[in-house]
Amino acid sequence: MNSASKIGRMERFLRDRRGNGSKLLVAYITGGYEGWEAAVETAAAAGADAIEIGIPFSDPVMDGPVIQKASQMALEAGASPASVLAAVPNLDTGVPHAVMTYYNLAHHAGHERFAATLVNSGIDAAILPDLPLVESAPWREAAAAAGIETIMLAAPTTPEDRLADLCEASKGFVYAVGLLGVTGERANLAATATEIAGRCKQVTDKPVLTGVGIGSPEQAVEACSVADGVIIGSAVVRRLLDGEGAEGVGELIASYRNALDAG
Amino acid sequence: MVMTDPTDEGRFGEFGGRFVPETLVPACEELEEAFRDAWNDPAFVEEFHQILTDFGGRPSALTECYRLSEQLDVRVLLKREDLNHTGSHKINNVIGQALLARRMGKSRLVAETGAGQHGVATATAAALLDMECKVYMGEVDMERQELNVFRMQLLGAEVESVSSGSRTLKDAVNEALRDWVATVENTHYCLGSVMGPHPYPWMVRTFHHVIGDEAREQCLALMQRFPDVVVACVGGGSNAAGIFSGFADTDVRLVGVEPAGGAAVGRGVPGVVHGMLSYLMQDEVGQVQEAESISAGLDYPGVGPEHAYLASVGRAEYPSVTDDEVVNAFQRLARIEGIIPALESAHALAWVIREAASLRGQTVLLNLSGRGDKDVDQMMSILGPGNKR
Repeated sequence: MNSASKIGRMERFLRDRRGNGSKLLVAYITGGYEGWEAAVETAAAAGADAIEIGIPFSDPVMDGPVIQKASQMALEAGASPASVLAAVPNLDTGVPHAVMTYYNLAHHAGHERFAATLVNSGIDAAILPDLPLVESAPWREAAAAAGIETIMLAAPTTPEDRLADLCEASKGFVYAVGLLGVTGERANLAATATEIAGRCKQVTDKPVLTGVGIGSPEQAVEACSVADGVIIGSAVVRRLLDGEGAEGVGELIASYRNALDAG
Repeated sequence: MVMTDPTDEGRFGEFGGRFVPETLVPACEELEEAFRDAWNDPAFVEEFHQILTDFGGRPSALTECYRLSEQLDVRVLLKREDLNHTGSHKINNVIGQALLARRMGKSRLVAETGAGQHGVATATAAALLDMECKVYMGEVDMERQELNVFRMQLLGAEVESVSSGSRTLKDAVNEALRDWVATVENTHYCLGSVMGPHPYPWMVRTFHHVIGDEAREQCLALMQRFPDVVVACVGGGSNAAGIFSGFADTDVRLVGVEPAGGAAVGRGVPGVVHGMLSYLMQDEVGQVQEAESISAGLDYPGVGPEHAYLASVGRAEYPSVTDDEVVNAFQRLARIEGIIPALESAHALAWVIREAASLRGQTVLLNLSGRGDKDVDQMMSILGPGNKR
């Protein structure tokens, strides 16, 4: 069996928690933004099952205003892939870590080198939203060889045939993009959120998590009527932008955790 | 053979591709299929050329610059894309894309713009074909191209100010992409240059192929031969791709002139942004750098992937010129030929002037991609009202 077909730490961890009857909660935090390390630890302590760490990029096309702003501020404060990743081994979370960034940073470093840097920093998985399935094979192979799970995004517009291939290729979990649009909280859960999660669930038994557009614990519960879990990003980062710090993030994640556990 | 169709994956050599969020992949596939289908439909091609003739004012003239040629000892011919409706070559591409959008049943166009030329052209096509139009423009560019903002509004378009990142063309593209991710079902992204994900670089070049076709015929009629050199300015590279494509199968020397502050081919390394793998100005870790040029239309850190390919195989060369050289070229063409060029197009002329000694006795065909009316305000603030410089 080659390394590409083994189940990685992220997927094993999430499968175990799902097996215990728990809905999964992933928190996104922009690396390099003031106070991000404490926010990551607090989010994990408050009940996040995995943490997504953003490595800020100059041109975040999949992100809405909140994450754009945090990324830009982090970059202005001097954040780099190296500075963010160097801090990860010191984070005390007890849960798997994914990075969320854009493909050029992996391309520029070189696939093998970037994947090795992630592994050496205690990262389990990678999400590259501007690297669609059709362009992803060289990166996925290099990542798998190094032991990094590449989480693929499935969109409401993805046709059936590609959805099956995409879920097959995805490692760690399948990221179901909840709506047509960029990251950010919305007043109501889009109908597409449960639709795309349901379509993914029909073709894979990997954990399916819905992200993009979830704005409240109630919406998270609604999304989890179909999905195995949710990814909360802009709502978390907004707490940091509003100056509520790690404490605010902890309270927010706890409110999602409680809502999901109560069902 | 260069400037033929890209591979099925949208590659020109190693460059190009389709690096967009999964949400947009089906839209790119649909667009590719619709474009192939339309371009093979004689009725579509005829309507395209009919509108370019009746509405756009094509064919554009070929102008011999007698005084400049005498001064430089280089025979300079101008392909007059500045005489097109809306004042630049951009109209070719937007008519093509707007017709295609209508054929796909899309009722709304979004576009990015730098200098405002592509935004004005898109707003014009939207007005002509009764479509809704939203143009994203960097805050910095809105200030330096205030008149074009108002022109777009007169044409019924909504102009949205972009205040993220460098607040110029690069960020306007990001914002247009974000809009398209959310509105893809009823919206076509009318991209303004030979960049972005497949099929845009190929499709936009195809719509501008008319520049090269006309120029080739006009040169043969005038001289019974091809020019020695074809030169055009390059930001994303659409006007250059259009005129180069008429001469790609010859041994004519092809020169794309970049601004010194945005020399993607000259100073860039391969990278991925805005859906394509191409030469890109970036820092040591891969963050995209901000371009800096006197010309808003060339203020772009990347370049179309086909230009990256033409450079990598040595078919075209991509030197750069400074803002000062551009200002001088702008004034010189106005004074001695009676043509005020766009600052973008003045880059191509600046290279000819600088290289005149090495071009001595040769014939140079220069694509005058746009007119300079939009730039007079900016030039007045640079030169002062008396124009004493």
